[in-house]
Amino acid sequence: MKGARVAYFLGLLVALVGFWLGMSGHYTPLLLTLGAVSVAVCLILAYRLDIIDREGAPYVRIIGFALYFPWLMKEIAKANWTVVKACLKAEMDISPALVKVKTACVTDLAKVTFANSITLTPGTVTVEIEGDKMLVHALYEQEAQPEAFDEMDRRSREAADGKRRPA
Amino acid sequence: MSDFLASLPAWWEVIRFPLGAALCLAGGLLCLVGTVGVLRFPDFYTRLHAASITDTSGATLLLLGMAMMAPDWMVVSKLVAIFVFIYLTSPASSHAAANAAHTAGLQPLIGPVSTHDKEGQGS
Amino acid sequence: MTAAALIAVLFGMLLLLIRAIAGPTLYDRVLAVNSFGTKTVLALGLLGFVMGRPQFLDIAILYALINFVSTIAILKFFRYRSFQVPLVRRGQGGGNV
Repeated sequence: MKGARVAYFLGLLVALVGFWLGMSGHYTPLLLTLGAVSVAVCLILAYRLDIIDREGAPYVRIIGFALYFPWLMKEIAKANWTVVKACLKAEMDISPALVKVKTACVTDLAKVTFANSITLTPGTVTVEIEGDKMLVHALYEQEAQPEAFDEMDRRSREAADGKRRPA
Repeated sequence: MSDFLASLPAWWEVIRFPLGAALCLAGGLLCLVGTVGVLRFPDFYTRLHAASITDTSGATLLLLGMAMMAPDWMVVSKLVAIFVFIYLTSPASSHAAANAAHTAGLQPLIGPVSTHDKEGQGS
Repeated sequence: MTAAALIAVLFGMLLLLIRAIAGPTLYDRVLAVNSFGTKTVLALGLLGFVMGRPQFLDIAILYALINFVSTIAILKFFRYRSFQVPLVRRGQGGGNV
């Protein structure tokens, strides 16, 4: 457990230094010193807040998320087209509905990924999460049957938890 | 063939400004469409769907177009940072709004909605 | 053409103000202000490109952060009528959520 914490700490350090170097653009000694000081302050604050753990630095799963993201973009593009048509139609033909979706995700990170994917897709918004059930508000009733979310559920679980161990 | 490959960066320099500007224009129009949806839709929960057009496809196309027109890599990294921020925070804030409205007891409109009674549902 | 995109985004912001002023419930206004903030971020970036000064993107990053925090703060205030309440899940009583 101790080694894992050091790994998360180093991951956060690398992410912060990369972020600072990407934002700054000026690499004089004075500004580099100031950047080092600000990174150190951020790390101390994160340590005091006790958020250096698996959720605070989820870099282990970054490959899984990188594989999941293109599929999500495709889904977002498809759903966007539907909602754009619904916005611009002269005759409004929407039929909003509340749907209960049961998820197979176990960990909090997987649930957050799944709920955020649902919300990010236009046309569906997660209204409430209770345990493993989610209340989803959808713009079109016929496109939001609970089976429609099965693939997204499976893929976000694989992205956040890994393929083999579901816990 | 090697001539063609050598001329690719020059072609890219020529083509990236009109292509990026066209993507920016498409993104701006999508933002406008999302706003029209926010103005037209009958209740809060459906307006949330229209607002998420702006947050997803409008922002993506605009930032992609700006990244094509970027003068150096520093600008591209800043655009990537904005993209990541928007994609992490927009579902969180729309879920927070929907959850707060649901907890406060705002009932969503259920079932088919026709055009003539689209105003005056709320309050 | 970038200027046309900027004008489209600014016009969208203008129309959103109607919803922010007229919106029947509080949540409509919060939604309109949140969407307005996202459009402000995009408009700031576009303004930098139109004026040939992409340094405006720094302000856009800052605005993206402030926009999220202010939305959450407004919603939290109107749910609990106070900023002092810790955000925990109901019925769980302060566990790590």
